[in-house]
Amino acid sequence: MTFEHFAIGVGITLLLLMIPAMLRIVNGPTALDRIVAVNVIGTKTAVLLVVIGVVFKQVGMFVDFALAYALLNFTGSIAAARYLHRAAQRGGDAPSGEEAD
Amino acid sequence: MILTILSVILIVSGLVFFFGAAVGLMRFPDFYSRMHAAGKGDTLSTLLVISGFALYQFRDIHDFSHDWPVLLVVLKLLAIVVFIYLTSPTSTSALADAGWEDGIDPVIEPGRENHLEDDCHRTPPSSPQP
Repeated sequence: MTFEHFAIGVGITLLLLMIPAMLRIVNGPTALDRIVAVNVIGTKTAVLLVVIGVVFKQVGMFVDFALAYALLNFTGSIAAARYLHRAAQRGGDAPSGEEAD
Repeated sequence: MILTILSVILIVSGLVFFFGAAVGLMRFPDFYSRMHAAGKGDTLSTLLVISGFALYQFRDIHDFSHDWPVLLVVLKLLAIVVFIYLTSPTSTSALADAGWEDGIDPVIEPGRENHLEDDCHRTPPSSPQP
């Protein structure tokens, strides 16, 4: 059993661990639950890209993909958080006193 | 050989923490506790798994003047680790703030009061706590 077989096992485990987050996306009670689950899946995908690079012996190429995916994941979750923050402030649920920027 | 064993130990412990994050995301009763499980578990387990793969890359370095591009790959992997270490708590904090402003109420044990209600500027929820 080489390290590549172990890496394939790690990848399959990561895929199986995405299923609970997927269920949380499907029946999350609020929109923010879904965003958190999407964030979790995105982080797992960045790790999975590194695993794919190890399996195909091209880590130098897939590391860049993983870095870009982590960046996009962070940007997406921050954008969703800011959007829902502003929507809550517009909706009148919270007083509109402190607009950050 | 010892590098392989060390990296396998790091990766397997990272997978254990990934499993804990998935179970917490599935079973916790509350948005904030689910976010706690997802944020902490994801940060630590990503750090462990990618550090394990970065440690495994050192196995390919035999002659430094010839194998120095491997060191570049290791540096990129460590850049991913540092980036996720910085950004995952940031996005967790931003999402928790958005959830609080959105009016998601934490599940509180009956008989205890919500102390955060006094600190926050938001209006109290219209419906009483179950």
